[in-house]
Amino acid sequence: MKKVKVYVTLRESVLDPQGSAVMGSLHKMGYGEVADVRIGKYLELVIEDSERDVDSLVNELCHRLLANTVIEDYRYEIEEVVSQ
Amino acid sequence: MKFAVIVFPGSNCDLDMYHAVKDELGEEAEYVWHDSKDLSSYDGILLPGGFSYGDYLRCGAIAQFSGVMDEVRKAAEAGKPVLGICNGFQILTEAGLLPGVLLRNKNLKFMCRTVGLKVENNNTLFTNEYEQGEEIQIPIAHGEGNYYCDDATYDHLKENNQIVFTYADDFNGSRNNIAGIINERGNVLGMMPHPERAVSELIGGKDGLALFRSIVKQWRESHVSHA
Repeated sequence: MKKVKVYVTLRESVLDPQGSAVMGSLHKMGYGEVADVRIGKYLELVIEDSERDVDSLVNELCHRLLANTVIEDYRYEIEEVVSQ
Repeated sequence: MKFAVIVFPGSNCDLDMYHAVKDELGEEAEYVWHDSKDLSSYDGILLPGGFSYGDYLRCGAIAQFSGVMDEVRKAAEAGKPVLGICNGFQILTEAGLLPGVLLRNKNLKFMCRTVGLKVENNNTLFTNEYEQGEEIQIPIAHGEGNYYCDDATYDHLKENNQIVFTYADDFNGSRNNIAGIINERGNVLGMMPHPERAVSELIGGKDGLALFRSIVKQWRESHVSHA
């Protein structure tokens, strides 16, 4: 089995009003050095071993449902799950 | 004319839609559950507003894979009128039946009020009962109504007259104030405002009724020759 960590983020060209609001709050708190905040999503999938190539599977899942590639980018990391 | 009002788990404007068609328009309407496998007996498909699947992941993201959506695609391919309002519009963009996507409102607020809408294209089966450039008053109620698309998509929409409604004022950040768009073929319309909530003076106005009348008028004209 594999654990797949998927990070979905808004594309650079897309405004992130949530991120802007959080940055404004951090600035008010005195953290003026924070230059940008972008908010995204983090998903963890556990995938059973099969004949399918896990990279092609994860890309397919991301394109079809997990990310909307009109506005979002994604990246992922794959870890082996050690059976107990 | 017989309309299907598709009901997803979390739809909440289905009753308004049904009431608009049945009681104010005087046409047939039936609720159709989201796992239905056959829409062939309906002449028009209505995707109502609400929060299908709790807006989990993204608005409309999960509903796009509901069982009924294959049938909605078939209806669209067959040229039947398909109207998605609010969450219905979000579902149509996620399903790829309309371009672009609806983002969070620029001020992050859920906004619920009546706004001015400009009819940008009255040469569609949804707007033929309006005047070109007419300003109408229609309620909005959304947190994610900020229409976004890239430059190429916008140019394409503009060239093909696919922008059907724009907001008179910018309040949610939508690109060029876009409130509603149609597909290239002209039979799938998505819009964030709620014409089904503006069908009687008793509830504050009836500027939305002409949209439903347009659909029926077009349908009658295209079916009268077979009578």
